[in-house]
Amino acid sequence: MSEAAAIETHVQAAVTADLYEPSLTPGNTGKLGMWIFLAGDAMTFGVGIAAYGALRWQNVNWPEPAQWLGITTTAVMTFILICSSVTMVEALSGIRQGNQQKFRLFIGATILGGLMFLGMQAFEWHHLIIGEGLSIKTSLFSASFFILTGFHGMHVTGGVVYNSVLMVRGFMGRITQAKAGLVEIAGLYWHFVDLVWILIFTFVYLI
Amino acid sequence: MATEAATDLHTHVPAAPETPEPHAEPNYIAVFLYLAILTAAELGVYALNFPSVLKIGLLVALALAKATLVAMYFMHLAVERRGLWVVAAAPLMLVAFCYLMLRPDLSARAWAHVPANQAVGVHEGAAPPPAQSESAPANAAPGTQGS
Repeated sequence: MSEAAAIETHVQAAVTADLYEPSLTPGNTGKLGMWIFLAGDAMTFGVGIAAYGALRWQNVNWPEPAQWLGITTTAVMTFILICSSVTMVEALSGIRQGNQQKFRLFIGATILGGLMFLGMQAFEWHHLIIGEGLSIKTSLFSASFFILTGFHGMHVTGGVVYNSVLMVRGFMGRITQAKAGLVEIAGLYWHFVDLVWILIFTFVYLI
Repeated sequence: MATEAATDLHTHVPAAPETPEPHAEPNYIAVFLYLAILTAAELGVYALNFPSVLKIGLLVALALAKATLVAMYFMHLAVERRGLWVVAAAPLMLVAFCYLMLRPDLSARAWAHVPANQAVGVHEGAAPPPAQSESAPANAAPGTQGS
């Protein structure tokens, strides 16, 4: 028996005996890759929020967030991001059904939601920097605020670009029912961005 | 020979069964409604004059409930294999560790207890308050007074 044949026989036996460890995300290994990336990203955000909490704990000088931040505006931003998560799952639902029109409509709505969020964040930052004279160097409060919301804003920007690429590829006919997994992976990223904002909204704005 | 063997491995070995388990889609509109209601509840708790500890506890609980809904239903963790939960939970352990490691150090520092020492609009250390040493708590850790 040749060396190659011997190896093949061995592998066949392993397959038959079900010795391969099953994937955590069967049929879509890219999804596992995205989950691992998001776990790493969550550590970065999580440590930022933990540091924010530790700095603020028992700090009598920490300002009341509403004194500087617009809670109503931010609540609207939160609502927009939650809506964009719904449109993202509807886009995935559309491509899974092979409904290109539904996919394009909802992925477009998701991008629009992201752009609206970014526009409102730009407005908020403009007000704080130009109107109130805050900067990242002003205080611990302003430093942690700009770092956390800025890092999240960069993620939203990345998500808008990511979804835009998918939409363009959809219009080119390159996102088909068979490639719904690509939309699912992008959706994981987008929902993660939504999830992080839910936490930032509570810890930075409301508490 | 080695190249041939490698080619054979890639060409002839059948792929292990890797078909995703079919599952019904969650009711996304219901999840959205829950998220909207929880957000409204957060704003309600924020607006009401609850005691500080109760208010913070409620807000954190509501935020965690919303985050869990997003992870379970929008990110489909509810229907994924349980092994993936370990990947998702790993950051939580690191965050808890980081917070618990930071907090005793930072909360023991004197500057956190000195009024106006870290006020918004004042650079750190630019205008140290004259009463800093008097206002510092007696149990401040050595070498950590001021900023």
